[in-house]
Amino acid sequence: MNRFCSLVSGLIFGLGLTISGMTNPEKVINFLNVTRSWDPSLAFVMIGAIAVSAPFFYLVKNKNKPWFAESFSWPTLKEIDSKLVVGSLLFGIGWGLIGLCPGPAIASISFIHHSSFTFILAMFAGFSLVRAYNLLK
Amino acid sequence: MTIINFTPVSSLLGGLLIGLAVIIFFIGNGRIAGISGITNNFLFSTVNRLDNFLFLLGIILGPLLYQFFTGETIPFVIDSSLIPLVSAGLLVGVGTAIGGGCTSGHGVCGISRFSSRSIVATLLFMVAAIVTVYVKGMI
Repeated sequence: MNRFCSLVSGLIFGLGLTISGMTNPEKVINFLNVTRSWDPSLAFVMIGAIAVSAPFFYLVKNKNKPWFAESFSWPTLKEIDSKLVVGSLLFGIGWGLIGLCPGPAIASISFIHHSSFTFILAMFAGFSLVRAYNLLK
Repeated sequence: MTIINFTPVSSLLGGLLIGLAVIIFFIGNGRIAGISGITNNFLFSTVNRLDNFLFLLGIILGPLLYQFFTGETIPFVIDSSLIPLVSAGLLVGVGTAIGGGCTSGHGVCGISRFSSRSIVATLLFMVAAIVTVYVKGMI
């Protein structure tokens, strides 16, 4: 059942990305282009998503077990450290350069577009670099 | 500044669906729907590998299913020059791995939990992305 749940969650997530317009890098760039010709639409993606999930996370706090797994994996990190700051800034620069963040990048595999594959391979290389660095440290 | 291509209704609807996906993944499997983390774990960890794969497969099937039922072609307009593409991919990979999340993990799930880490992360990557688009537009 948890397998089915993973697939369905991903599917609804992918539909949401598609319907919202986030799968088009041009629309993302227009959203980030606040000083020139601005498309504010994507702010509504975040508003819509948070409007649904914020009350949910509040309500689920006192539940001790999810439906199809042993326990909830609540994030445990609390500290605002330099890794969070540097990582988020680097991610933002990358996002602004092309207009793809990880979710839409994965969704764009469906378009079978060479630029999407190039981006994803570079993103995997980025994951690998950090992993290699952490292993060597 | 001029407003262009404004689609508040479809974007809000898409956002609601993303929120719903976050809920189902958490109440069902107890996990945060952060795509950078799920992708990273799928590549390097054997824990929950099949679940991670199915979740990512679902994301890929999303646009295909939409196209199938509506008959619409989903626009995908991207800067295809190699150097910006590769740099952007590397920065997104390195940045989300170091910062522990992306638009979904920090921006949606984290903010929904009122996590101060995620609020700081989201503000920082939004500002960095806006500045990057501004600077790129000047070149």
